[in-house]
Amino acid sequence: MSTINKQLKRRSFLKASAAAGGGVVIGFTFLASCKQEKVFNYADLPTPSMPDNWTTMSGYIKIGENGTISIMNPNPEIGQNVKTSMPMIIAEELDCDWDDVIVEQAPLDTEKYKRQVAGGSQSIRHDWDLLRKTGATAKAMLISAAAKRWDVDPTTLTVNSGVITNGKGETLGYGDVAADIIDMELPEDVPLKDPKDFKIIGKNTSNVDLKGILTGQPLFGIDTKEEGMVYASMIRPPAFGQKLVTYDDQAAKSVNGVLDVVQIDNKIAVIAKSNWPAIKAKKLIVATWEEESELENSIGHNSDMDELLAQGSEEPRRKDGDVEKAFAEADEVLERVYEAPYLPHNCLEPMNYFADVREDKIYTKGPIQTPQWTQSRIAGVTGREASEVSVDLTRMGGGFGRRLYGDFAEEAAQISQAIGKPVQLLFTREDDMTAGTFRPASKYKIAASIKEGKVTGYKLTEACMSANMYGLIPNFFPAGAIPNYQVETVNKESNITIGAWRAPYTNFLGFAEQSFFDELADLMKVDAVQLRLDLLEDAKGPAEEDDRIEYSPARMQETIKLAAEKGGWGVDEPGVYKGFSAYYSHNTHVAEVANVIMKDGTPVVDKVICAIDCGIVVNPIAAKNQVEGGVVDGIGHAMYGDFTFENGKPSAANFDKFRLIRSMEAPKVEVHFVDNGLNPTGLGEPSLPPAGGAIANALHKATGERLYKQPFINQNELLG
Amino acid sequence: MAAFNINVNGTNRSVDVDADTPILWVLRDELNLVGTKYGCGIAQCGACTVHLDGTAVRACQVRISDVSNKKITTIEGLSDDLHHPVQQAWIEHDVPQCGYCQAGQIMTAAAFLKENKAPSDQDIKEAMNGNICRCGTYNRIQAAVKTAAKNM
Ligand code: FES
Ligand code: FES
Repeated sequence: MSTINKQLKRRSFLKASAAAGGGVVIGFTFLASCKQEKVFNYADLPTPSMPDNWTTMSGYIKIGENGTISIMNPNPEIGQNVKTSMPMIIAEELDCDWDDVIVEQAPLDTEKYKRQVAGGSQSIRHDWDLLRKTGATAKAMLISAAAKRWDVDPTTLTVNSGVITNGKGETLGYGDVAADIIDMELPEDVPLKDPKDFKIIGKNTSNVDLKGILTGQPLFGIDTKEEGMVYASMIRPPAFGQKLVTYDDQAAKSVNGVLDVVQIDNKIAVIAKSNWPAIKAKKLIVATWEEESELENSIGHNSDMDELLAQGSEEPRRKDGDVEKAFAEADEVLERVYEAPYLPHNCLEPMNYFADVREDKIYTKGPIQTPQWTQSRIAGVTGREASEVSVDLTRMGGGFGRRLYGDFAEEAAQISQAIGKPVQLLFTREDDMTAGTFRPASKYKIAASIKEGKVTGYKLTEACMSANMYGLIPNFFPAGAIPNYQVETVNKESNITIGAWRAPYTNFLGFAEQSFFDELADLMKVDAVQLRLDLLEDAKGPAEEDDRIEYSPARMQETIKLAAEKGGWGVDEPGVYKGFSAYYSHNTHVAEVANVIMKDGTPVVDKVICAIDCGIVVNPIAAKNQVEGGVVDGIGHAMYGDFTFENGKPSAANFDKFRLIRSMEAPKVEVHFVDNGLNPTGLGEPSLPPAGGAIANALHKATGERLYKQPFINQNELLG
Repeated sequence: MAAFNINVNGTNRSVDVDADTPILWVLRDELNLVGTKYGCGIAQCGACTVHLDGTAVRACQVRISDVSNKKITTIEGLSDDLHHPVQQAWIEHDVPQCGYCQAGQIMTAAAFLKENKAPSDQDIKEAMNGNICRCGTYNRIQAAVKTAAKNM
């Protein structure tokens, strides 16, 4: 294969160049990653045939002479379906037939793809305009190319499914004219489609990796195999606060298949020909650890957080009016404390990473939500330049925030550097659960004042281990809805590593706040849904004047009404106890009705009806999957997720001790989207935060008991 | 180390590993059949489910020395061309999110439906209870097993 580089125009975000696979190759962009073996051919899921030649248009689109179109997915795929939905948006504006599209995963290249992060439910919202313009610009160029061939005005041409037609009824396919766009001037201000003309967006579209998943193809990081690769398993301090003193690796080294044992900082890596010897030998290493900093206990954390709640903060994160005055003048004040433990992420694919640290460059590959940050972290630990580090992305067996942190990628690079070989580091489940970046334990104290039937004051104090809620959260509901409003946050340093966990902070705050409003409605003797609608009505004025306020009161009201209608709120169904919850996060408004029924004297969550406003729904079948999963995840962790520390040691290391929700406990989830045609927002996280509150409120109706502590099974044994 | 002769997806293979090696690691690391996944290593998650003489087993718990004269089927060998009714149902319901648990789910479902031609909803929930889906696709898994049951 020969390569001829052409001078490319760089005056716009879109670049055109030519590329060919048969003989001559022109261009630079994706030929290296254009791997034909990635395309599977199965009888019943049609796959477009591979062309001989590609024309590369921008970093995102390649068009083959036979009309096959390859679209790059820029962002990491963790199960949120961006690998399908982001290319769908390009294909829509490109006006091609989705059946002609293949999707490839882009490597880290921020010059071409800007924001390559899976986190905060931001991929679709952030890139919506960019992806649309990319498709539309390519389409405009292909039309001009056809117009030139026919010597007609481009505006006289029409496009349907990648075929351009002129006034005489003659046609040219995109593949026929693709090569003509090289060196073409890039059009500015290309028209975008009216959403009512969308043909691909809004249509149920199969996950592009579906065939590979269903036939066991090597898609995931853990499936990586590279020439000369060895396997590593790491021993880390068994408790937070410990450091390595000495170790004896004699027995470990005698295990068949073990190649080496090396110390990496405070850890010991076993290197082997395959995973099993590494895992087996690890258990034979006798290591001595000593206390470096305090070995902490959850019991201690608990009283620390109580103290923090009592202290509060001198510097509120948001302060409207005068809450103390409102409380002093109130007819009644309700105050409650809610409590949640640390949580591990437990991605089903344990952390793993491949690294090959060589003299000339560092090649790495694996499941990571933050490739750019990881690139610089790897450069940091190896003492090399970031430009020497390449990062290829694999599909990920879940992320949930754990794969934002490249600690495991750093370790893989350090091991490779130490042994001078390409290596894959794999966490055992025990490593994965105990060497985490945990959701921090937290407590919320919420107080509200009522005067003459109105909520006059609201004060929320957050006590967290290590870190507090991020910047925007104090401006979520009920900011603006209540005249005297205050949010304070306080934390205590800990040596237990923490990090973002799906819907950071709101994953628990949503439950606390929505349980509190339910109890408040009871106290005020108003309907729980009506109380929220009224407060949102009051928030409309302030939200218009205060642009710090994050949510839209009107959109939240619509979402609440849809959930109430679909969930039969206020309609009596014998034997069904209903709970309500509504929460805004990650730019998306969600409301949920949970149904609890009694089975043999035990309350069981039978069904959750979810209404969600995420604007335009790009791929409904996958969007519903996200919402269903978020609800099940929220319920599972609220009910069962228990994770504590004793002398720095986690209470669970595998699924025998850490209980995840299973098939028999998962309720039916019904999903309804608010249809408003607005630009899309995220879906990976927002359905989770309200779920805990919805079931807690329904369980209260069924049992008469309010739940203040997660996991719920620890407060009420009946639920176990 | 010792040489073991095993039959995987209808083909006889020979591997040189320690007798205590779980077939999960033999499949993944020695035979390059990576569709069978590691999730817990202690029979809790079901990600490693394969068929041993047609019965669903946890590959992380079965040693290589225990499988001579037995036939192992993995997700790669479940059907030639995605035509197994369980795979078809998985396509119809677009079940996976991250997809990591799904090979195990499919292998559990396929073995279960061979024995139970007309399962109730409760039977399905129970049969699938040993397979964790961290992404929470349980609704779809149950619906897909129900669809597959009709087409077995
Ligand atoms: S890996 Fe075998 S059951 Fe989890
Ligand atoms: S689809 Fe991700 S674990 Fe099941």
